[in-house]
Amino acid sequence: MIERKREDEFVVVSNGMLGYGFREDSLRDAVEAGVDLIACDAGSSDPGPYYLGTGKPFVGDAMILRDLRLLVKAGADAGVPLVIGSAGGAGGDGQVDHLLRLLGRVMEELGLDRKVAVLRSELDRATVREAVEESRVRTFETGAGLTVEDVDAAAHIVAQIGPESYFRALAGAPDILVAGRAWDVSNIAALPLMQGRDRGLALHMGKILECGSLAARPTGGGDLILGRLRDDHFIVEPPHPDKACTEASVSAHTFYEKSDPVMLAGPGGSVDLRRTRFEQIDPRRVRVSGSAFREAERYTVKLEGARLAGHRALTVGGARDPAFIRSIDAIQDAVRDKIRETQAGFIDPSQYSITFHRYGLDGVMGAWEPNRQAAHEVGILIDVVAETPEIAEAVCGLARSTILHVPFEGRRATAGNIAFPFSPAEIPAGPVYEFNIYHLMEIDEPESFGRLEWLQ
Amino acid sequence: MAAVKTLGEVAEVVRSKNAGPFIVTFDILFETEEVFEAVRSAGLLSRQAVCALYGVSDNELLGFDFYPFARAVKFSLRRPVGSGGPRDADVYGAQQHAPLLDLAVLP
Repeated sequence: MIERKREDEFVVVSNGMLGYGFREDSLRDAVEAGVDLIACDAGSSDPGPYYLGTGKPFVGDAMILRDLRLLVKAGADAGVPLVIGSAGGAGGDGQVDHLLRLLGRVMEELGLDRKVAVLRSELDRATVREAVEESRVRTFETGAGLTVEDVDAAAHIVAQIGPESYFRALAGAPDILVAGRAWDVSNIAALPLMQGRDRGLALHMGKILECGSLAARPTGGGDLILGRLRDDHFIVEPPHPDKACTEASVSAHTFYEKSDPVMLAGPGGSVDLRRTRFEQIDPRRVRVSGSAFREAERYTVKLEGARLAGHRALTVGGARDPAFIRSIDAIQDAVRDKIRETQAGFIDPSQYSITFHRYGLDGVMGAWEPNRQAAHEVGILIDVVAETPEIAEAVCGLARSTILHVPFEGRRATAGNIAFPFSPAEIPAGPVYEFNIYHLMEIDEPESFGRLEWLQ
Repeated sequence: MAAVKTLGEVAEVVRSKNAGPFIVTFDILFETEEVFEAVRSAGLLSRQAVCALYGVSDNELLGFDFYPFARAVKFSLRRPVGSGGPRDADVYGAQQHAPLLDLAVLP
């Protein structure tokens, strides 16, 4: 049972990831109790740079269609806007278009004709190049500055737009707003901010709600979450009757995926949590107060860019021989040397990289692994990334045949060193991208940032 | 002799996760204030202990701190390579927490 919406509060129901599913009853119950906004994040940089680089979605169409159908219908029933941010996963123009196609199908199926605002946040290279040349791009967590060469190498560049950039679209009273790459918080905070609600509280509520029911317990089975923004506090609660928000679950979520849990940085400034209070008001609801906005000197948006790093071929096999496992480091060096020698004059080592992931030894943690004790068998994944798919497959094939037969200290088994589960053993795995832009760009007018279109 | 307690035994949550593609952040959450305070005052969960565990130097360890408001400890490490790029082994950064579980935190 969800308490009815009060006159003085702004109520948001939020879905953490479009297509990851939620309970249909949660949405219905929330809408029946009264909401002002349905917010839904649809993207993340978490699955890696491939999606930004290629423009492919990381959630399947069927999963997106299911959630979208329910959300669009709920928005129409409640007569409140549905705001979707980071459309298509990485939020590039092609991914926004993909989501709009799915949205078109859903509206047709439902027989609804909704007013749709589209706010794009992919940037062309010239815009970012200009910002670099005018020294408006700052080093961020990569520790390196941005160069014009990085900009030119990027396949796509998007900006995580802040809530202020949503204002223009929301002022046109859309039924549905589809935004490209956006700060997750924007989807939730933009509308209440436009209505003059407290910035620190609105942004902090946005941060807590943006992952859906991850701020509630138990965490298994993703669902919606509901927030009530009032004058001097907000309340967080799960619509799901078997879930509960606790002081611990809500305060801990403030930490999630953030390196600084006390100052939540975003476009335009930070939310200062040093005086934030989390209070359990009943067994399922937590009241949050005291979060304050600290304005930054300059408004910045985070840029994300991905460039093609090469093409992958991989092979995977297992080693069971204890002498092999003891000599594994030397064996890898021997494999690298052998490939270099064999291919001298044909393939230069600068054209490829070989990574050995050694599961059962340090495959998960690499240099950070404190336990150097190998298991009785070790899985070896040989990952080759090269300039072309042909080079990747050639080097991977050579690595496979070399590691199979290379001699090592104490070898008794001279017929083969590795158990390969497949024939062929090499698997071409397509293009590999890397984030080559992760920087902050200063902008002067956040309210006019992004490209706005209207669809009928 | 009282049994030594590890983080895996006394913490409610021990996790790692990307905070953006270039940083992995670690959260250790305690269920009660008593346990949180006991771990803090024991001093075994420290910058030095974490540096030793992950084989990093003090200046590579970002923001190790105790946060009473959330009964939590948090620190971060810069990734050796960006998430999902060549040579990465953990795209989500979600399996870097495990060595913390065996860290003795209460004498």
